[in-house]
Amino acid sequence: MNIALFMQMAAEACADRVALTHAGVHFTYEQLFDSSKKAAKHFSESDCEFVSVMDVSSPAVPIAMMGAAMAGITYVPLNYRLSSEQINEQLARIEPVFLIVDDSQVNDYEIKGTVSGRRGLLAELETKPSNDFTWQEDPSAIAIQLFTSGTTGTPKAAILRHEHLVSYILSSIEFMGAEPEQAALISVPPYHIAGISSILSSIYACRRMVQLPNFDPDEWLRLCANEKVTNAFVVPTMLIRIIEQIEQTQFDLASLKSLTAMAYGGGKMPVPVIERALELLPEINFTNAYGLTETSSTISLLDPDDHRNALTDTDPIIKSRLGSVGKALPGVEIEVRDDDGNRLAPFEPGEIYVRGPQVSGEYLERNALIDDGWFPTRDAGHLDEEGYLFLSGRADDVIVRGGENISPAEIEDVLHGHDAIRDVAALAIPSEEWGEAVGLAVVLKGGAELSEDEINAVIRAKLRSSRIPAQLVFADELPYNESGKLLRRVMKAWFE
Amino acid sequence: MALKPGLRLKSVVCDAELMIIKAADGDNLTCGGESLSDEAPAEKAAGNSDQMNGCVIGKRYVNEAQTIEVLCIKSGDGSLYYNGDELMTKDTKKLPSSD
Repeated sequence: MNIALFMQMAAEACADRVALTHAGVHFTYEQLFDSSKKAAKHFSESDCEFVSVMDVSSPAVPIAMMGAAMAGITYVPLNYRLSSEQINEQLARIEPVFLIVDDSQVNDYEIKGTVSGRRGLLAELETKPSNDFTWQEDPSAIAIQLFTSGTTGTPKAAILRHEHLVSYILSSIEFMGAEPEQAALISVPPYHIAGISSILSSIYACRRMVQLPNFDPDEWLRLCANEKVTNAFVVPTMLIRIIEQIEQTQFDLASLKSLTAMAYGGGKMPVPVIERALELLPEINFTNAYGLTETSSTISLLDPDDHRNALTDTDPIIKSRLGSVGKALPGVEIEVRDDDGNRLAPFEPGEIYVRGPQVSGEYLERNALIDDGWFPTRDAGHLDEEGYLFLSGRADDVIVRGGENISPAEIEDVLHGHDAIRDVAALAIPSEEWGEAVGLAVVLKGGAELSEDEINAVIRAKLRSSRIPAQLVFADELPYNESGKLLRRVMKAWFE
Repeated sequence: MALKPGLRLKSVVCDAELMIIKAADGDNLTCGGESLSDEAPAEKAAGNSDQMNGCVIGKRYVNEAQTIEVLCIKSGDGSLYYNGDELMTKDTKKLPSSD
């Protein structure tokens, strides 16, 4: 069991089908497989213990991932947008490393190992003869290591073994399930779990990957149209910007006619945004995918029928599911537990736990699995009676005000529906009286006007008075990282 | 040989290659009537002509009791049998693409 198997099978069955398009250049499955084997030999000869890509999407990414897998070397993509200090800390944890960066940065890093530019690496591999690299099959070998962006302290090194990734792909993807004309637009960064799983699932399905290295809504739309993209995965902030771009430029939606499926995840999708997307793009099948790095990505899905039913049905339970992340994937078990670890009934809020062959829950520092394979996600939420999962934020983001737990999502969901509000975040701010109190950051839509009093009135009308913010700040935009995660700790400084 | 999860085996009668996902009821797995091997033979064996209905790359094969599951990683002419029972393909549940 090795993820390289997927590359081998795709090359076996679809040798001449295009696997990847990058800046208009095409690579077939056979070419990608061939380059991966060359990379495997190259990495093996470099005496590295890690292969890392710290760069935007490019053909070097799948080649390095598969080459490392074949060579039995852990693949660790890094976030190039971190500070130098953070980058150097992470580099120090993966020595000796074969590091692939933008060619302009090859001399910027002093590390134990080899530094190569992505173009330089691909050019070098071109000069090497093809080989028949045979690889080790150890299901428990570590395939991927990802540093998780922790809310506090040093990032943890989450590990995914071949058995987890292979299990996820085999149980959720049909081999060669994609027709030759299908194409997936990949705009999430290579260091994000969705960026990794989209490569694995595209290769196994034999669906052409079209890479967009730097997300820009105009470029995204152009690429969709020009490359006749059929599938796309986005994080919520990308969808918001794509919708805005369509509306502001009166983009001709007929040019998107090839696009039939969009999946989203990586962060909470505000219900008004997905409703707007469903109205604007009724032909598109939307899927909400919830997953974590530690679970090899997706563990639950809200499928296209769930989306459409929620929009058209009058039953409030069915309508509410548009705000859910759907039902567990086959083979995955999901439970909600209280602070003492007791399983809760439907609609009772608690912490989400997950178990299944794709769930790793392991870090280099420790194994977080408890109780016979259950992983505590640190996400708060509840299930409904038919197993639909609802998220209410990170357990860590809960505001504890005078002993009362307030989930930011409760307040945010109410305000997201307001016509004048573009974005909003509630967070815990220190309070002498209450321990913590609600801090609220609001971004108004262009040209809209709304006062603090008016906002508080909305909160008072729909929620309890304890939800009214002790402090409210208006901002031009909220801070998100490239993965679409809201950076609450960055906003805390706005309230001091 | 012990059929451990992850083990890759080659048919001795045809081009087929398999990967064991699960084998909970012994090691009696055949392709085209013959046991498989971890190495391709220099010459193919004759095989059982009644058991040559083929296996297809990417399909997962199981028995009714689901005590065995193998992934065909290279197509071949031989059919798969476990403990004397012919294996059938397992369909991947049609999920929308989510990545």
